Amino acid sequence: MGEPLELLSAPLVIEYPFNRTTGPVIGAFLTGLRDQRVVGIEGDDRRVVCPPVEYDPHTGSPLTDLVAVGTEGVVQTWAWVETVREGQPLQQPHALALILLDGADTAMLHVVDCGSPDALSTGDRVRIRWAEERSGSICDIECFERVGGEQ
Amino acid sequence: MTDIQMPDQLWTQPAINDAALGVSADVEQIQRIRIPAAVRYDYVPGLATTRFLRGLANKEILGERCQTTGEVYVPPRGVSPIDGLPTVEQVKLPHTGSVSTFCVVHIAFGTNAPPTPFCTALVLLDGAAVSVYGPIQEIDYDKVRIGMRVEAVWVEDDQLDTSFENIKWWRPIDEPDVDPELLKGHM
Repeated sequence: MGEPLELLSAPLVIEYPFNRTTGPVIGAFLTGLRDQRVVGIEGDDRRVVCPPVEYDPHTGSPLTDLVAVGTEGVVQTWAWVETVREGQPLQQPHALALILLDGADTAMLHVVDCGSPDALSTGDRVRIRWAEERSGSICDIECFERVGGEQ
Repeated sequence: MTDIQMPDQLWTQPAINDAALGVSADVEQIQRIRIPAAVRYDYVPGLATTRFLRGLANKEILGERCQTTGEVYVPPRGVSPIDGLPTVEQVKLPHTGSVSTFCVVHIAFGTNAPPTPFCTALVLLDGAAVSVYGPIQEIDYDKVRIGMRVEAVWVEDDQLDTSFENIKWWRPIDEPDVDPELLKGHM
């Protein structure tokens, strides 16, 4: 003891391998994504909630009627992710956006691959870019991209 | 899709109309997803544990002595748990000790776990005040007992690292058992 000592350091990973059941509603949504379809669910007020939820957000009653929605939509609001962290859906800088799909009345959160924040505006139309290999996961939507927009 | 059946007295979820999915009834629907969650740290063990781990890389088990009681703590934390003062004297401990308690493992996890059932134990090294943890091997799991004398089995020299995993396991040595009463309070 006494002489200078170089401190050790080592990676330490604490991981929980959660395996959860989806229930019939989320399960149907993910099944649809695997098949390149998007479904929402009709609320008591006939509004379409997408991604679908099991219970009406206002009345709490169980919802049962799935509704097909579009694979294009409108960016309602967004934030730019300049520094990409491990585990994020895209490995290059991208937008995190709330996207109102055609036929839906609520927006879903996903990423938009558009190169730079200058290329994206609220109100832009975007469409789904599907992952080549799909397994029934939200990542079956690789990302959204601008419709007709050059990057 | 059919109703999900729940036990009586619990709620049930009504069947959903999934015609909009456009999939035939024989398509297997998603029912489970894996969502692993991880937190990734860079762990810095601090000065005392760094001293201990560097010792292990040289096949040395280094404890540190409390200035007040003279007891030796291993792994050292740099301060005595008795008086809160720094431990300033390093003590090289032998590679032998006594099983102070043990547990039979039937469901193992981790990549280096031995075949089940096996024993993990706390081993009170000779001259130490507290026990270190490790698996017991080279003996049937149901022959392990408190007070049994054991020694460390190290990895090959070319695999030594700054890690407690340098000690692969502990194995019995041919010495009489220690009176378990003497091990009390030294876990």
